[in-house]
Amino acid sequence: MGTLVQSVDWIAIAPPVIAAALALIVLVADLFVSEARKPLLGWLTVGGLVLAGLSLIPLLDHDRSTFCLTTAGGDCSYVADHFTLVIQLLVIGGALLTALLSIHIMDELPAGEYWFLLLSSASGAALLPASRDLATLIIALEVASLPAFALVGIKRGDRLSSEAALKFFLSSVAATAVTLLGVSFLYAATGTLHLTALAHGLTGVDPQLATLAKAGAALTIVGFAFKLAVAPFHFWVPDTYTGAPLPIAAYLSVVGKAAGFSGLILITVVALKPYADVWGPAVAVLAALTMTVGNAAALRQRPDASRSAVRLLAWSSIGQAGYLLVPVAAAAYAGTDEIGTTIAYALMYGAVNLGAFAVVALVARSAPDNRLTDYRGLYARRPLAALSMAFFLLCLAGLPPGIIGLFAKVAVFSSAVHAGLGWLAVIMALNVVVALVYYLRWTALLFAKPEGAEAPAPAVTLPQPSAGGGPPPDFAGSTPTGEARGRTSASLRSPTSLTAAIALSAVLGIALSGAPQLVLRFASGGLL
Amino acid sequence: MNDTVLQYLLAAVVVLPLLGAVGALLPPPPGLRGKSPDQAVLRHGVTVSGVVLALSIALAAGFDHDHPAKMQASTDISWIPALGIRIHLGIDGISLPLLVLTALLTFLCAVYSYFKMPAGPSPKAFVALILVLESGTLATFAVLDLILFFLAFELVLIPMYFLIARWGGEGREKSALRFILYTLLGSVVMLLGLLLIGIKAGTFDMVALATDNGSHLSHTTQLIAALAIGLGLAVKAPMWPLHSWLPDAHTSAPTVGSVLLAGVLLKMGTYGFVRILLPITPEATRTYAPYLAAFAVIGIIYGSLACLALARQGTGGDLKRLIAYSSVGHMGFVLLGIATLTPTGVNGALFANIAHGLITGLLFFLVGSLKDRYGSTDLDRLAGQTGAALYGRAPRLGGLLAFGAVASLGLPGLAGFWGEMLAMFGAFKPAVGLHRGAYLTFTAIAAFGTLLTAAYLLVVVRRVCMGERSTAEATEPVLADVQTYEFAAWTPLVALTVIAGLWPALLLGLTDPAVRTLLGGS
Repeated sequence: MGTLVQSVDWIAIAPPVIAAALALIVLVADLFVSEARKPLLGWLTVGGLVLAGLSLIPLLDHDRSTFCLTTAGGDCSYVADHFTLVIQLLVIGGALLTALLSIHIMDELPAGEYWFLLLSSASGAALLPASRDLATLIIALEVASLPAFALVGIKRGDRLSSEAALKFFLSSVAATAVTLLGVSFLYAATGTLHLTALAHGLTGVDPQLATLAKAGAALTIVGFAFKLAVAPFHFWVPDTYTGAPLPIAAYLSVVGKAAGFSGLILITVVALKPYADVWGPAVAVLAALTMTVGNAAALRQRPDASRSAVRLLAWSSIGQAGYLLVPVAAAAYAGTDEIGTTIAYALMYGAVNLGAFAVVALVARSAPDNRLTDYRGLYARRPLAALSMAFFLLCLAGLPPGIIGLFAKVAVFSSAVHAGLGWLAVIMALNVVVALVYYLRWTALLFAKPEGAEAPAPAVTLPQPSAGGGPPPDFAGSTPTGEARGRTSASLRSPTSLTAAIALSAVLGIALSGAPQLVLRFASGGLL
Repeated sequence: MNDTVLQYLLAAVVVLPLLGAVGALLPPPPGLRGKSPDQAVLRHGVTVSGVVLALSIALAAGFDHDHPAKMQASTDISWIPALGIRIHLGIDGISLPLLVLTALLTFLCAVYSYFKMPAGPSPKAFVALILVLESGTLATFAVLDLILFFLAFELVLIPMYFLIARWGGEGREKSALRFILYTLLGSVVMLLGLLLIGIKAGTFDMVALATDNGSHLSHTTQLIAALAIGLGLAVKAPMWPLHSWLPDAHTSAPTVGSVLLAGVLLKMGTYGFVRILLPITPEATRTYAPYLAAFAVIGIIYGSLACLALARQGTGGDLKRLIAYSSVGHMGFVLLGIATLTPTGVNGALFANIAHGLITGLLFFLVGSLKDRYGSTDLDRLAGQTGAALYGRAPRLGGLLAFGAVASLGLPGLAGFWGEMLAMFGAFKPAVGLHRGAYLTFTAIAAFGTLLTAAYLLVVVRRVCMGERSTAEATEPVLADVQTYEFAAWTPLVALTVIAGLWPALLLGLTDPAVRTLLGGS
């Protein structure tokens, strides 16, 4: 028996460590930076996240693992394989775009705390896909979640924000408790926490403990299903997204989901591999349920309700989570390689969903109520933002010109058909059609005639609403829009950070549409 | 011309409209500003679609007419290895005529809208959408990869949706949504079938799959895949009873939207039947053929009866809607021809495809111009008590409308005749293994359908073209006869209708060898 001291491969763990160290630096720096220089903290965060992203590059050439047991078996707690790196890229990229989305609203929020919490959460989410034992997995999940509660409730004095935080907190804590119970059952049944050892142990589990092991498996999965907002554990999502600051809703919809499903993948595909016949059908049913519930609810959103834009994106993200689960279910039937499709889909979804949130943030500046009707005629006011938004929405819907969205869906369909899950593929097909209705309604709204120009008379003869002028005379019934107009003129220039976020997402989406292989190569497997 | 040149020509034909669409959104460069931004962008549309037409004619000229069964101008590049998707382009005798037809109709539409822009938002987006639509349609006919076919199939949805929803008439948003939902539902189901074939056979390449002739696919796989793909294509074609999106879409669409929808978009469905189902899942096609034929003849009768009902006095029938229903009937003949699984029938189907594109395109143009003049396409309002007397008031327009109507009812000597005749001829003697008695019944019903078709079209001609002119000249608004630009847009269609009618070998010589190869040399 050799030494008990485990060696640490610092390069392998660099991505989460950089994020965590940066979080502390920002928190401390906040105490010493004068009020006028606070915006620097934001750009420091952006720079640090870029650095964390760059630290992924040295890890590309071969798989690394660290925190390994020095005893026989040599199971490792931290593995930087391709699966880890891709999810870390998604998490760090998502956090980066979130940071860009946040910079312009920092005068309303406490900067130091905000950046600290965001970076801590990102660090946890980056640690999660690398964890290969249940304890690390739970810790990573909590590091990712706990700061997120605070972030959701960070708008001081905002009733909705606190309510959202409370809802999120309670459901999340319940989920964690359930997961922990499941983990303890699994540990009791197999005597190990390492995922690969667990899979090995479950094949030869004592018949008397089999029920315990199965119950443990189910409970652990349920806990992660909460995090991923899988139906029927999705009810907290719409309220939390609408109550949270906009960038945090974006963050939760992408990074939160990435953390949730990478944990779910590790648990199901690696640790519970012997029980594939049990969780396979269960995940398939959950996937079908999730996409149906999400899309049906998104369809029923009233466009003129307050905050309907974010609410719609919240429900649509539930629908999208359903698609993300399909390849996980397929992995139970057709082998581990299928989960690559989930990753490919998540990368597409991450880029375009953050882009959509960026445009929502832009529109929210002139119309804080954020109703879908505020998007009417966006093309006339901000043609580029409207075109990008249309592109993002069509990517989410999976129709050309959103080619990458289309191919990501094709890949998901393909994995379902490949696994013989024909019924799931058909349900997903119906869902894609249902989802198109609301995405298309929104897209059509972008190019609709602005309010007040409803009359079929040619637009040129109408008096152009001057930038500084008050509401046009025929606006008697729609004062909010009139007010919004006034404010538009005050803040017509969009902030650089927001423009950068939209441009980055749009460029990513367009580049991927031209060369879908960039993300779809993960779909051909070889990740885990 | 050697094959490399053809290769580039084909790629250019598919890609150029897309680039043109992007160009339409950008501000025009100095020197091309024209009289106004609107005029400049409309002219841009005419230029791009004109170049595409010229390129496609060059492609047709360079095409080796001695070997139309061979894939020519093939490009085969790997695009997404992860999913096994390749950019595989190529044309043979089946796709070439459709390619040229698409380029021609789009060009004519661009010319027409240059002079007569439909009421709606800025022409900038209009031109861009038309060009994207053109690209998607051309790509559908040019690609030889199943997933790429699906991509091209989907590419036309968004442009058509916006063309109807933004530039259309009454009830446009509802009709547009209906159009896109029906078609998307069909095409995602089709995607499942395509994926099933691809996964089971290990390739998405249409040429390789057609060469295999279904030998790598089990009978069950073929049945499931063919059903899924067939459903998707049947929605697009459209086949009765999946046609219900079509009349609304046509009624609400602007003139050029209707022309393109009937002229080329419907063909994507029937082309898919011929290109995918016949060669790739032959066993399943044989199983489903009698059902397809049955639905096809129901469609023929249903379409004609609906038209007769619309044409009757006092029902307030809409002329655009009537022609849309007549499309259901005509596409019924196309589907019947395909369902015979004989070279005669399939050739007839392909011929009828082209003929329908030319004739119905012309009819929608004519009805559109009637709408511009009368402000309505309501047949009762047009015709009044005795008839609209178009012969008297606008003789050239009336003459053209009568020409379109008799071409549509299948008068021998015009394009409409050969396709329907061959389709019925094929159904009279279907492929070996198909129940002859059933097909004889279908032939008889289809023949009855031609009578009904003749009936409603003649009623339309009588009510619109003939009639008494009101004696008090002053109460009757002066009706402009055919304008120069209208002549420009319509003459090619009229000329081709006559040429195809008098010299059918021009088309059949192209399609026949290719069809024989697809049907497995039978």
